[in-house]
Amino acid sequence: MNILVCISQVPDTTTKVQVASDGISIDRTGVKFILNPYDEFALEEGLQLREKFGGTVTALTVGGETFKEILRTALAMGADKAILIKDEHKNDSYSVAFQISEIAKTMNPDVLMLGRQSIDYDSFAMAPMLAELLGLPSISMVSSLTIDGNLITAERDIEGGKEVLESSLPCVISAQKGLNNPRYPKLPDIMKAKSKPIEEIPSLSTDARISTMAMQLPISKRIGKVSGDSESEISDIVLALHEEAKVI
Amino acid sequence: MSFQPVDYYGVYNQLSDEERMVRESVADFVDSEVIPIIEKHYQDGTFPMDLVPKMAELGLFGITLPQEYGCAGANYTSYGLAMQELERGDSGIRSFASVQSSLVMFPIYSYANEDMKNKWLPKLAAGTAIGCFGLTEPDFGSNPSGMITNAKKIDGGYLLNGAKMWITNGSLANVAVVWAKYEGEICGFIVEKGMKGFSAPEMKGKHSLRASVTSELIFQDVEIPESHKLDVKGLKGPLSCLTQARYGIAWGAIGSAIGTYQSSLDYAKSRIQFDKPIASFQLVQDKLVWMLNEITKGQLICMQLGKLKDSGLMNPNQVSLAKRNNVDIAIQCARIARDIHGANGILQEYPIMRHSANLESVRTYEGTHDIHTLILGADITGIQAFK
Ligand SMILES: Cc1cc2nc3c(=O)[nH]c(=O)nc-3n(C[C@H](O)[C@H](O)[C@H](O)COP(=O)(O)OP(=O)(O)OC[C@H]3O[C@@H](n4cnc5c(N)ncnc54)[C@H](O)[C@@H]3O)c2cc1C
Repeated sequence: MNILVCISQVPDTTTKVQVASDGISIDRTGVKFILNPYDEFALEEGLQLREKFGGTVTALTVGGETFKEILRTALAMGADKAILIKDEHKNDSYSVAFQISEIAKTMNPDVLMLGRQSIDYDSFAMAPMLAELLGLPSISMVSSLTIDGNLITAERDIEGGKEVLESSLPCVISAQKGLNNPRYPKLPDIMKAKSKPIEEIPSLSTDARISTMAMQLPISKRIGKVSGDSESEISDIVLALHEEAKVI
Repeated sequence: MSFQPVDYYGVYNQLSDEERMVRESVADFVDSEVIPIIEKHYQDGTFPMDLVPKMAELGLFGITLPQEYGCAGANYTSYGLAMQELERGDSGIRSFASVQSSLVMFPIYSYANEDMKNKWLPKLAAGTAIGCFGLTEPDFGSNPSGMITNAKKIDGGYLLNGAKMWITNGSLANVAVVWAKYEGEICGFIVEKGMKGFSAPEMKGKHSLRASVTSELIFQDVEIPESHKLDVKGLKGPLSCLTQARYGIAWGAIGSAIGTYQSSLDYAKSRIQFDKPIASFQLVQDKLVWMLNEITKGQLICMQLGKLKDSGLMNPNQVSLAKRNNVDIAIQCARIARDIHGANGILQEYPIMRHSANLESVRTYEGTHDIHTLILGADITGIQAFK
């Protein structure tokens, strides 16, 4: 089975993000970057499929030189090879999906695994866009997966229940938390990963479909006011809600 | 996401991809497999045997030895980082890995013949065999050269007699690296479980390192085949092993200090007294800053020591300084942490007392604090003050 796992690098979940001076990106200084947590489920599932059916797992990312770090992690977890499409400007989902699709076409994967979202820009767009560009079926936010011959059966959690879907291979799958327990790389595999190849492909330029105009931190919570419950204080509160908070 | 230790000077940003991944993998392992179960074992005074195959699978035994024996083949900085994370969990678990890797696999790899290497190293790496290291005796601790255990030549091998004490993993071990006098010189022997005349009763009643097995080793006319004698003579044999293990302890102690510091910082920020978090009082801040300060220095010592060791430039005295300093500050951090946690500091819900009690053993084994002072004193003055 030919398995392609698309992964991305995101700021670690405890980072206090600051907007950079350009006003449209985050300040990367001092920020620790990690493999997108949902991609760990995608990668683990890819590895388990290979363990069951044989074949190869290729980890692919679109990003700058520093993204090699997550490819090394993928190789250490057990991916056979890795591809870096070198592109620094990656917050246009379409251009990322387009570049992945162009490479995927040359690889003919049976399964494309992705995380349900990357926790930096949270656009949830990659799996369906990629499927559309490749003309393939896609099932998003999958929490359980079985493959039998050409038939793929996937479960999704929906409000108050489960939904079971079937499709045929090849197929694009995005992973939900709970799909599996991602393994931690074993020390000998970490060392072996050093000698596995990372293929670098220059950016396949596309016109971005969207561009970021501004980025802002959420307005911090306003400080509450301590008040009493006398007649005059209540009318002060009503006045404040009307004129200051403008909620009534 | 993996546990991120306090890193005031950005030392972990200097790690290679491999070193970073090793630390993160071991940190994940410790958080999911060690911390949830360790308290119970500590209370019961048992070693968590279930962890052995898991530690082996992760590659924690003989980390720096070559892959042909089933080991990871990683560098010494990686080894140090792994010990740091393990000891953030518990000194007993780190001790198990230290003994297996540095005190058993290292001498077999360095001094045993190819048959012995092939027989034991893959099993020790896979955790299907456990090893121990017998140097200390009831009457010879800091002064091992006085040891009484001895070997006499017999046809086809040696006859071993004597007793060892305080031996980590002794009762669990399938194989023991034992140091004994032969023709007046210290020599190493590979003793296997089941050899006639060899027994290893467990020592009970410890208040420290309770999640680790400590034993006596007793040898009564144990016949050791010729091929089991290690190819090294004199105190430098065991000392070369101790240098490896002490190196790991220097890193491990920082892991323990990171654990007690992190718990203290969280606690101080959330515990309210006099209507404020106790972290807002200057006296508490002073304590937290002291811990941060000493941990940062300890981290810098370890990182530099790792670089020296990986480039073959480290000398054993530098390890003495690191072990001596880092264990000392880790004990002080545990003490301060106990204080910051107030009454909660004595409860098993917090790791503080366990670390604190564990470190009392760590301060004594692998060369006591004072013995390392004397090693360093001798090095800088040229005058030995041991005798
Ligand atoms: C939990 C645990 C596990 C252990 N595991 C192992 C193991 O796996 N294998 C093994 O071989 N050993 C092991 N040991 C033994 C350990 O290495 C010894 O305890 C240590 O070397 C100190 O020896 P001692 O306890 O006999 O103390 P002693 O040597 O009697 O020292 C007592 C005190 O006297 C001081 N002292 C001694 N000589 C001098 C001097 N010349 N000048 C100034 N002060 C001095 C010491 O610093 C110390 O404070 C373990 C110990 C413990 C507690």
